[in-house]
Amino acid sequence: MSDLRDIYQEVILEHAKAPRNFRELVDPHQKAEGSNPLCGDRCSVSVAMDAAVIKDIAFQGSGCAISRASASMMTQALKGKTKEEAERLFHDFQEMVTGGNGHSDMGKLQVFAGISGFPTRVKCATLAWHTMHAALHGGREPVSTE
Amino acid sequence: MSVAAQVVHTHSKVEPAVAFDVERIRADFPILRERVYGHPLVYLDNAATSQKPDAVIQAMLEYYRHDNANIHRGVHLLSQRATNAYEAARSAVHAFLHSELASEVVFVRGATEAINLVAQTYGRVHVGPGDEVLITAMEHHSNIVPWQILCEEKGATLSVAPIDDRGEVVLDEVQKLLHPRTKIVSITHVSNALGTVNPVREMIRMAHEAKAVVLVDGAQAVPHLRVDVQDLDCDFYVFSGHKIYGPTGIGVLYGKAALLDQMPPYQGGGEMISSVTFEKTVYNKVPHKFEAGTPDIGGVVGLGAAIAYISAQGVDAIGMHEHALLMYGMEKLSAIQGVRIVGTAREKAAVISFVMDGIHPHDIGTILDQEGVAVRTGHHCAQPVMDRFGIPATVRASFALYNTEEEIDALARCIKKVKEVLG
Repeated sequence: MSDLRDIYQEVILEHAKAPRNFRELVDPHQKAEGSNPLCGDRCSVSVAMDAAVIKDIAFQGSGCAISRASASMMTQALKGKTKEEAERLFHDFQEMVTGGNGHSDMGKLQVFAGISGFPTRVKCATLAWHTMHAALHGGREPVSTE
Repeated sequence: MSVAAQVVHTHSKVEPAVAFDVERIRADFPILRERVYGHPLVYLDNAATSQKPDAVIQAMLEYYRHDNANIHRGVHLLSQRATNAYEAARSAVHAFLHSELASEVVFVRGATEAINLVAQTYGRVHVGPGDEVLITAMEHHSNIVPWQILCEEKGATLSVAPIDDRGEVVLDEVQKLLHPRTKIVSITHVSNALGTVNPVREMIRMAHEAKAVVLVDGAQAVPHLRVDVQDLDCDFYVFSGHKIYGPTGIGVLYGKAALLDQMPPYQGGGEMISSVTFEKTVYNKVPHKFEAGTPDIGGVVGLGAAIAYISAQGVDAIGMHEHALLMYGMEKLSAIQGVRIVGTAREKAAVISFVMDGIHPHDIGTILDQEGVAVRTGHHCAQPVMDRFGIPATVRASFALYNTEEEIDALARCIKKVKEVLG
């Protein structure tokens, strides 16, 4: 049986209460909107690139503790990464939260591993990542977790 | 008659066979013996779907084991038995809704399909450019989108009667929005997100004065209230079987015979015809005109059993029990600091929507689930209601005839745990 403490870890709650990079970039190169139609969560991610590197990344929106913390920690993890590194991390993150083994060491993001015991919450944890992915690909259409 | 039964009798217009005994009722629902993460199941998501009593499960099982055949065709015995079972369920719905005729009861997949049927048949004939369809701001998406589709196709306007801070429809605004171009008024009897019981009888009278026809979405009403479509004088009334302890995938459209008769069919196929040649098809009479194809016979049998079950307990007795739970729940939850109840209408069914300071409903739902308490979290397919109250979502606890005060205590206890974990 999964324990609540597996998902509501101290670091997650702390990020949910005081999310980092919770703002709009003044001059983003790329921006995308995401939503989870089932619970009404919304998220926008904006990215500023410096050549192939993510110079700055920020998010806004409303959502549950998991989605806010995930977005917050994602922005921290991706600053300074290349587009390819960001995509690889997205893949690994999805693999981790869905209980797969095909991911490398996730560093601080490892705190989200417990989500795999709560399948209904996987979409909360991945909403910001899907939106980031759309932003990097210049997605015009809002992304949806459905 | 026992003393207890006499007491119930004095409070109730119907005569339940025995006194309302929630423990006896709980024993009728096998799923209530499930355990969730090691806790007893506390099922408070009845507005989404209700659980099924043994009587319903057995009726469907028996139908498939002994009577299964196609209906209204075939001279063999099983076909007759299946037809009889199907039409007996129609009669049960006819009695349940107090319609004038059994033929005013059309079986559909659910309330959603019933609304779409009316929009696409009556609506497409009677709504034209510049006309209006009036709904309220508390409608479920299923009573918004079919009208948007119709209005878009016809160049008509969808107008929306506002609701106040309690979650009650503003009748003065309804009056102002009704005018000669208003062709259809489609309103919910009970709000799924707020629990508000609308004054539909009054609203129907107002709409009829403006010469509009009225559809009432009864999906959330029939589990809790006695419904008399002739007394209401509504033109259409729709509900879903699964919210009144019947199976999913079956529902009812009630329509006044005079309206159903003149409406074009919704779908073409078998059953809905009298005769077919390549030159001309003569449609069957109502209700068969609207029941193209082999229907969900097993589902109809289950719905009939569900109505028999409810009737045996007594709709009024159920309503009283649920109202007591509502009062108890409102008091218990209001007393918890940080909890705000959304939807405080004076007339309210057994639905409590709430939010908590600084804690998202989704997180509340997960923590309650871990304690065995099943609630709905989200926008409840009523995003305009959420927008009206400036919130993305709520937690909704909705009660049924088998719920108890102890279960509401468990809910309150778990909400306190939510504050411990996330507060």
